[in-house]
Amino acid sequence: MDREWGGLSPEAKLEKMFESWLTPQGIDFISSEAEKAYQERVTRIKDAMQLRVPDRVPIIPYLGNFPAHYAGMTIQEAMYDADRACRANEKFTFDFAPDAHSSSSVPGRVYDIIDYKLYVWPGHGIGPDTPFQCVEAEYMKADEYDELIQDPSDFWMRIYLPRVIGVLEPLSKLSPMPDMAEIVSLLGFIMRYGMPEILGAFEYLVKAREEAMKWGEVISASNKKVMKAGFPMLTGGSCKAPFDVLGDTLRGTRGIMLDMYRRPDKLLEAMERLTPLMINTAVSGGRSSARPVVMMPLHKGADGFMSDEQYKTFYWPTLRKVMLGIIDEGLIPIPFAEGCYNSRLEIIRDLPKGKVVWRFDDTDMSRAKEILGDRACIYGNVPAPILDTGTPDEVKAYCKQLIDVAGKGGGFILSPGSSLDMAKPENVRAMIEFTKEYGMYG
Amino acid sequence: MADDLVSALASMKEEEALKIAGEMLDSGQDPVHILEMCRKGMDIVGKRFEQGEYFLPELMLAGEMLNQISDMVQPKLAQTSKTEHLGKVVIGTVEGDIHDIGKNIVVFLLDVNGFEVFDLGVDVPAQKFVEAINNVQPQVVGLSGFLTLAYGSMKRTIAAIKDAGLRDKVKIMIGGGQINEQVKEYAGADAYGKDAMAGVSLAKAWIGGK
Repeated sequence: MDREWGGLSPEAKLEKMFESWLTPQGIDFISSEAEKAYQERVTRIKDAMQLRVPDRVPIIPYLGNFPAHYAGMTIQEAMYDADRACRANEKFTFDFAPDAHSSSSVPGRVYDIIDYKLYVWPGHGIGPDTPFQCVEAEYMKADEYDELIQDPSDFWMRIYLPRVIGVLEPLSKLSPMPDMAEIVSLLGFIMRYGMPEILGAFEYLVKAREEAMKWGEVISASNKKVMKAGFPMLTGGSCKAPFDVLGDTLRGTRGIMLDMYRRPDKLLEAMERLTPLMINTAVSGGRSSARPVVMMPLHKGADGFMSDEQYKTFYWPTLRKVMLGIIDEGLIPIPFAEGCYNSRLEIIRDLPKGKVVWRFDDTDMSRAKEILGDRACIYGNVPAPILDTGTPDEVKAYCKQLIDVAGKGGGFILSPGSSLDMAKPENVRAMIEFTKEYGMYG
Repeated sequence: MADDLVSALASMKEEEALKIAGEMLDSGQDPVHILEMCRKGMDIVGKRFEQGEYFLPELMLAGEMLNQISDMVQPKLAQTSKTEHLGKVVIGTVEGDIHDIGKNIVVFLLDVNGFEVFDLGVDVPAQKFVEAINNVQPQVVGLSGFLTLAYGSMKRTIAAIKDAGLRDKVKIMIGGGQINEQVKEYAGADAYGKDAMAGVSLAKAWIGGK
């Protein structure tokens, strides 16, 4: 980005981000129709996000493993063959023509090489047609808050990564970087950082990088191909709520819930510490992709997990700060409230108008529209049971009701509540085609 | 003192609860009585959860307090006390799914509500459920799942139970993040529980009705 970036207002930054999304660098459209279609799609999404009335309701499904199923391959095949995975995602976009394209970025071989312990994936702990899943454990111990708070990067490098990435285990033998300050401290630094095991760990990373680069090249070519045909990509950056960073992959659900009683101050302090780091993660993703949208999958603040009071104390304050930081940098956060958020709707109103899009899963969309509709675009939520086990008529009936209620006056994007994943193709077609017909405004 | 233990447990005062339990034990009180008080405390916790006053942090902490007091009391128990159970429940997360937060809550609540629970864990193949039903002879089977692939696994599990000639011997309930009435129909279960307490209510209604 240019030198004046820092001096721009959040609004001006956002407009610049939208501008770069609308006119992507290095994309030669295959035809003027494709270029027009691309711009119409971005404009449609932008209008909905900014609470205006677009030409019609945008439809942007989350795919999960649907493209693999639809193209007749197992999830394992898709995770181990970038070409086939990309063809499957392209086929989805070309066959169903949603308003944005999604690509696939879960290269199984990279995880194999680094011995990633945080997940199981097809052929690695679970069956060939089972999606990757997180293995919850206390990767960070209850008494390690101070180490995390003092220096998160050091904690990540020397404590956390060696536990979740097998080949990085030797990094636990390193010393903190600031130990190396002057001539007299160099000796100890070299003795540790020059160890053969450390070199060995990096050799694995080099091997993994070769795979990652191959994967990245295929993906990048595929994305360009689809964009040239008129389909924008949606996601720019991503990050998480500080509570979930700790609760998902550091302390685990049980750990963090106990911490709320046993060491609430440490928990709050750690989340504050993680807040600017999450903003940086989101902003660097958005900047490098030149797209304004930041995805934020939310997990442990849903209804049923904690009380509204606990949500207001532990979950919301740092999540809100992260979103404000993202908005300040000219980006649009899309928090995805997985599960149900019915009791949180009043609380989450407290963000600048038209600067955030709330994606909902099981939340009552008429309540969401009523409470949030004048503040934020809402995005959702055809239930997986209908898509997976119902009929096209049931899908259309749900979409009609959804568009009537949530789509009223714009500010709405239609999608499945979770992801397409195991949906019946005829139901996916019904959802998308019906939305395109019935979702026209004016 | 016994009342204090119940109230410390119910109001999430961990240190206090452990201290009182320790003092009761030191003063020679019957360990069985102490565990009885723990049950009472858990009962209140379960009720508050049901009423939407308590959530996961409280259930997790209650479980922790119970475990610590049980560990403390166990060596002094003459023999393992025989508790009367309302009935037996076999439960597990279905094949292909390793999520267990929801299932563990149901297990905990069934347990504090007086059921004998046989937890088969996660990623449980249909045949494992069939074997467990044969061995344990439960009145109720609970199938849990978070991913949408669980719909198919639940359907296959229930079909396997039927093929084994066991379908009319058990009531089957299902639950999890993306589960609803429609999935119940699809899978062929007897009922679906919207949340953990709904699962307990189903089990109570079924076993009470026998």
